[in-house]
Amino acid sequence: MSGAAATLSTARRRLVVDSIGIWVIATIVGGIFGFTAREGGLSLVEAIAFSSVLFAGAAQYAAVGLLVANTPWPSIVILVWLLNARHLLYSASVAPYTAKLSRTLRAALAYLLTDEAFALTTAHIARLGRIDVRGAWYAGITIFVPWNVATILGWLAGAALPDPATIGLDVVFAAAMAGLAIGLVKDRAALLALLVGCSSAVVAALLIDPSAAIMIGGLVGPLVGLTLFRRRA
Amino acid sequence: MTNDLFSTDLVPLAILGGLGTYAARALPMLVPGIDRLPPVVLEYLRLIGPAVLGAIAAASVFVHNGAFTVGPEAVAVFAGAAVGRWRGNLLLGLVVSVLVVLTLRATLGA
Repeated sequence: MSGAAATLSTARRRLVVDSIGIWVIATIVGGIFGFTAREGGLSLVEAIAFSSVLFAGAAQYAAVGLLVANTPWPSIVILVWLLNARHLLYSASVAPYTAKLSRTLRAALAYLLTDEAFALTTAHIARLGRIDVRGAWYAGITIFVPWNVATILGWLAGAALPDPATIGLDVVFAAAMAGLAIGLVKDRAALLALLVGCSSAVVAALLIDPSAAIMIGGLVGPLVGLTLFRRRA
Repeated sequence: MTNDLFSTDLVPLAILGGLGTYAARALPMLVPGIDRLPPVVLEYLRLIGPAVLGAIAAASVFVHNGAFTVGPEAVAVFAGAAVGRWRGNLLLGLVVSVLVVLTLRATLGA
């Protein structure tokens, strides 16, 4: 086996191991969404449409909450778009590595670019220094499949699901995001971007709105990291 | 909303929300020449990952009901992230986070 093939094999094994926690999260949170959607009055088909077409966890929960509150559709759509505007950052971050791929392939991979898929994909790219198409597919599908299956099961299971807080699983999403973020820190610029991103997001959540916090943290953190630790060409 | 199996009244809402979501995910990847961006822009994009993911975690654990909070969840997430980084194992970090939050809640009665 060549050195490059060994590196790819090692990186893929790491991707699979890292994805186990994400798979568990997608299953749990997707199941809870199915249950929540049922409680919110959505049919099984509607719940599946939210998880497969919209396919964005936080926005799905928010949309169901707004539906329960009888919020008009235009307001819900605008909020969903704002909540998911952060995906522009994800796509822009991955784009330099996918530029050589076909437009069809890029369009398909973009569909699967959730928070978790982005985290897995960027960590995989960081290990390899390039895009691995099979790895990118795996990262997306490892969220899409359990999320949608769990949505169906959650809707059907209804009240049988335990409250995640009672067994400590309510911290898993934040813990996964933090763990993946720290895993991406390779130098002082990335560390500073992480710390400033965290602190500015908290401040924004307190002073402006929680839905704006992620966008602000994601924009301000890299700006500060880049300004103070810009690499010399 | 009829809460039956096959009602499709809200499917168009999912499609509308999905259109904007997909546009956000796809447009930057479909812009030709993105790989010829200046190095400073590429460096900025490289730093987005840790900043965005950290922002999601921080806003989730430090802000509750509009107030700054440092509770068992924040300690558990920090401990899990540290262990995950130390051992190079995300899943181990998640397990640590769950165990820490359960222990703290039992200890503090939170």
